[in-house]
Amino acid sequence: MTIGLGHFLTVAAILFTIGVLGIFINRKNVIVILMSIELMLLAVNINFVAFSVYQHNLIGQIFAMIVLTVAAAEAAIGLAILVVYFRNRSSIAVEDINLMKG
Amino acid sequence: MLHALAFYVFSAVLLLSALMVVAARNPVHAVLFLILCFFNAAGLFLLMGAEFLAMILVIVYVGAVAVLFLFVVMMLNIDFRELRRGFMKYLPIGGAVGLVLLTELIVAVSGWVMDPQAMVAPGVEVDNTRAIGRLLYTDYFYPFQVSGLILLVAMIGAITLTLRHKPDARRQRSSDQLDRKISDVIDVRKVESGKGVL
Repeated sequence: MTIGLGHFLTVAAILFTIGVLGIFINRKNVIVILMSIELMLLAVNINFVAFSVYQHNLIGQIFAMIVLTVAAAEAAIGLAILVVYFRNRSSIAVEDINLMKG
Repeated sequence: MLHALAFYVFSAVLLLSALMVVAARNPVHAVLFLILCFFNAAGLFLLMGAEFLAMILVIVYVGAVAVLFLFVVMMLNIDFRELRRGFMKYLPIGGAVGLVLLTELIVAVSGWVMDPQAMVAPGVEVDNTRAIGRLLYTDYFYPFQVSGLILLVAMIGAITLTLRHKPDARRQRSSDQLDRKISDVIDVRKVESGKGVL
């Protein structure tokens, strides 16, 4: 049997769902939430590359590279905020981050 | 046949390790499973024929992002048992939302056909990296530059967020050193014999 576009899209869909599930069940742990966001971005990248390859159009791969850049920047900034928050409160529980009452 | 086998192995390991990332008890194990996940995604990219992105994925994600996560997890002394309370409480609603989302995505993927007009005719056979380079440095040069700018902003932001000036740290101030004059430092006195300086 041959592997087509639908196979890759299905894997990406399941991966994205696992990312969403990770955000829901790890409500208190910011580190795992950030890792779940990385998983979701990876699923999106798989979609981009699959479409790009099957349509013979390279623009999807270039966009996937830009998504990769933004994901790296986001991880760096998120972890920096996390380190600063841990220095101030010596905890990373998300539920305590309500000082601004937003 | 080998292609299909490789696809199923890569995707099975990818999805299992992704599940372990969100379900692992120990966050260090979660980061290690994240690394495994990225490696298998790179394998999928290779299967599709996107070699350049597969290598970039290994370098950027495994080499930078996952190691950054590992550093932060091991640097911060966090009681993770405390953070895992409520894991079971959120599981039903998370599972329900995930199930709905997955069903919608599967329906969307299976009930969809590609417009043949959307296909671009395959051009001259040239390897993936060369083709990306040709496109990236000509038509997509400005987006490329902007992504460099994004990385610069992220770097400056991360440094300014985490840099600490300790007030009691002794620093070298070269302007003060250059401003010193001989008269400030050396005091020449005539000392009489049998008496001290003071």
